[in-house]
Amino acid sequence: MSSSRGNLGWFFTGMRGIVSLPAFILMTSYVGFSAFALESGMTRGEAVAMTLGIWALPAQMILIGTMLSNAHIAASFLAVTLSSIRMMPMVASIMPEMRTKKTPLPVLLFLSHFIAITSWVFASRHLRDVPKQYRVAFFAGFGMTLTLTNTLIVGVSYGVVSQFPPVIAGALFMLTPVYFISSIWASAVQPVVKIAFVIGIVAGPTFALVAPGFDVLIAGIGGGSAAYLIDRHRRRKAHSKKEAA
Amino acid sequence: MADGWWTYVVIIVAGFLATDIWRWIGVLIGHRLNEDSEALYWVRAVATALVMAVTAKLIVFPTGTLAHSPLWLRLAAAGVGFAVFLATGKRVAVGVLVPIAILITGLLFLQP
Repeated sequence: MSSSRGNLGWFFTGMRGIVSLPAFILMTSYVGFSAFALESGMTRGEAVAMTLGIWALPAQMILIGTMLSNAHIAASFLAVTLSSIRMMPMVASIMPEMRTKKTPLPVLLFLSHFIAITSWVFASRHLRDVPKQYRVAFFAGFGMTLTLTNTLIVGVSYGVVSQFPPVIAGALFMLTPVYFISSIWASAVQPVVKIAFVIGIVAGPTFALVAPGFDVLIAGIGGGSAAYLIDRHRRRKAHSKKEAA
Repeated sequence: MADGWWTYVVIIVAGFLATDIWRWIGVLIGHRLNEDSEALYWVRAVATALVMAVTAKLIVFPTGTLAHSPLWLRLAAAGVGFAVFLATGKRVAVGVLVPIAILITGLLFLQP
């Protein structure tokens, strides 16, 4: 790849990420969301506003769920914000790789809106192949295009696609987890990521049975910390072996 | 359901703000972390464990049509698919297509 390209060139390179398997998978999920929103009595405008404004599929589903049960706005806020805590470590883990010392904070605050699971996986895989000073432009190109395209898809498919045939719907639903499994494993460079991967997969469903509602948080913070400690132990051991030799 | 404008207030406050607050805090924390600092190892581990917990839950406790499919079929599709993915040089397309093929075959066989 030539590094003579400027910010605009890298922005367009990021935009081209919209033609990719993960982007396609997410689009089918958002077609599903617009059908769910219609079924739940949301208007087209509301479904579009949720997609653009929240940009996190689980949070959007939870918000609709609480609105259907006529929950108080504070109860809706609590339910949504609990499900969105996971954004914090996701965004924090990308920032050091994405920014340079000169990147203005407001730019990063704005771009963080476009970080959700799909763009987090995309950034984890591809940022390292982009020259450091162009990573912000590259991510902006991908993240904004992905969000706006899906917002458009929700607006257009609302009322058009009501339901896929069951086998197709099942296969489309399964695309998301199997894509995350293979792409996160393939992009894991550090052993700590692989350890956390395995612990997270086991801990997620386990805590869903033990502590429903807080399962993802416990699996994430507890499981992630455990993975970190195991990895630190491993690194220290490797280090002391080197010293002894 | 309440008036039209109130729904948008709910979307902005209980949707947009409730979610983006955590993104903004993530930026402020990430802004202080150095690449390859010890703290970043921990943040990466937590983020990965979180995402994988969500992912595994999608397979074990799916919503929609897949909720009616047997758990063993979903686990077999994901497990065998991952094994093939590891054995054939870790190509993401393989890791996606193999489980989906197993799932579709299973669903068609099990159809009444």
